[in-house]
Amino acid sequence: MNEQLILYPLFLQMAISIILMFGWARIKFQKVFSVFGSIVSLGLAIILFSYIWNNGTQTIQAGNWEAPFGITFVADMLSVTLVLLTAISGLAVSIFSGASVLKDRLRFGYFPIFHFLLLGLNGAFLTGDIFNLYVWFEIIIISSFVLITIGGEKAQLEGAVKYFTLNILASMIFLTAIAVLYGITGSLNMADLAGQIAEVENRGLVQITALLFLIGFGIKAGVFPLYFWLPASYHTPPFAVSAIFGGLLTKVGVYALIRVFTLIFVDDPFLNNIIMIIAILTLISGGIGALVQNNMRKVFSYLIICHIGYMIAGLGMFTEMAIAGAIFYLIHDIIVKTNLFMISGVVYRIKGTNSMRDLGGIYAKWPKISLLLFIPLFSLVGIPPLSGFWPKINLIKAGFTNESYITVGAIIFASFITLVIIAKMWAEVFWKEDKELPLRSNFGYFSKMTSAKRMQFVVPVALLSIVSLYIGFGAEHIQELSARIADELVNSQGYIDAVLKSKN
Amino acid sequence: MRTTIILKTASNYLLPVLLVFSIFILLRGHYLPGGGFVGGLIASIAFILHSFANGLNKTKELLIMHPGFLLPIGLAISFMSGLAPVVLFDLPFMTGLWSHDPVAILGSVGSALFFDIGVYLVVTGVTLTIIFTISESA
Repeated sequence: MNEQLILYPLFLQMAISIILMFGWARIKFQKVFSVFGSIVSLGLAIILFSYIWNNGTQTIQAGNWEAPFGITFVADMLSVTLVLLTAISGLAVSIFSGASVLKDRLRFGYFPIFHFLLLGLNGAFLTGDIFNLYVWFEIIIISSFVLITIGGEKAQLEGAVKYFTLNILASMIFLTAIAVLYGITGSLNMADLAGQIAEVENRGLVQITALLFLIGFGIKAGVFPLYFWLPASYHTPPFAVSAIFGGLLTKVGVYALIRVFTLIFVDDPFLNNIIMIIAILTLISGGIGALVQNNMRKVFSYLIICHIGYMIAGLGMFTEMAIAGAIFYLIHDIIVKTNLFMISGVVYRIKGTNSMRDLGGIYAKWPKISLLLFIPLFSLVGIPPLSGFWPKINLIKAGFTNESYITVGAIIFASFITLVIIAKMWAEVFWKEDKELPLRSNFGYFSKMTSAKRMQFVVPVALLSIVSLYIGFGAEHIQELSARIADELVNSQGYIDAVLKSKN
Repeated sequence: MRTTIILKTASNYLLPVLLVFSIFILLRGHYLPGGGFVGGLIASIAFILHSFANGLNKTKELLIMHPGFLLPIGLAISFMSGLAPVVLFDLPFMTGLWSHDPVAILGSVGSALFFDIGVYLVVTGVTLTIIFTISESA
């Protein structure tokens, strides 16, 4: 029974989507059921997490075909941690969607597609087969295309075209890379590939394939020269959609990079150098890009890019400590970035705009909410003891051990720029004198809402803030978890054995 | 749109023939070319042809429910065919289950057949929804 547990998160999301599709036009039912389903999936993710924590990596063969031939699903610590984080963010965004997404959008199947997106995310984290990973990526991007275009406003479609084009391109490059990989080794199982790639004599070909993967996943993760679609599209869809995109979609790219470059293309100095250079440039360019933006969501979009750099830098250094830092940052980042986009949604509801020049005076009017929003904003900066602080210690320490001082410099630079940006945002949005904005007719202002509806905005933000606080104050536990994940990733033999032993 | 009487008369006969053919394609799909996807396309062609000849409203009356409703039904059937081995025999997801004795006409019946039936319904539903939406707005 217990290996079956690995697939339960997938079953659950699939079942939720199907049931929601049966109630296509019943929005009220969809809202309630989506939240209910998300709570169940959170419970399931916790059970799966604790099971893997106690019993180590587990695998299951879909269709009961043996390991390198069938599709393997693998639950190691990294996968189940990400499944757990997806469930937490999914629950928060599900509550938030109910209040913040317009009825006209909900009528066109917002919730079923949302759960298909979560299905795709969970699948991508759990699969152990590289072609199956591609299939999950397809499920993710098809669902995200629907979510980003639903409603069909002009700005939204403009963003969607850019998003669509580059993501399709990324998928194509990823598919090409898989084809080449299959041509070299004749296998698609990631554990099997790990052994086979190590024996290939033509290293040049292997490096080129690795670069194709780097470009394909790099576009999705939003790293340095390939990120331009991200700030062009993330500020256009509804806030709930940006939240799930900002929190999780780019992180799938990071996950795929971490998985492929710790398991299949291991510790190649040439590749590690390229990854390092990309990471440094991502840190710097994302940070500088965020400085000049005025729209809150655009600032956050650039900060996503900037902070992807931390994780990629950890991967590039490729020591256990650096990867532990990258994983810790990933855990912190998923929660915080989801929260930030929801915060911009709350601010938008309060004042009717997201432009920082026009905003102001929120602290004077809504002190309690402002203090709540303070937590994620300054967790992002990483003021100790909030959650962004701890992973950077790991990364900087690893940088000094590796004697890659430029990386350390870039990390510190990016942290300072983030501090400047968030301090500026805090001053502009919360502390500045209130400006009288023209009232928008037909706009659901926060002050006019019933308290039940207000709770739907505040509860998800509070939920994720509490998780952020836990990551900050319980850093010891998260550090232990990240160290264990890093150990599993660096010593990948355990993963390979877990997949291939199930042969007999 | 003006249609000839020939097309109108022919489409009335073609509809059942094409539907039977689509089911034939669906059933032979396990070992031979065919299957749920192609079968679903052929079934939707039957209805699209009918709508060309008799107008969209007539076809909608014929279908009774909105074709989009086929999506969750088809998905549910496919999903349950994958889930059956998990629930009934504690085997991994999507393990093929087969009947011991071949059934008349159909041959061996297995969970793969139900998966294909689900695909058939989803494809029919999606194609018809798309075509109907386009021809409504045109």
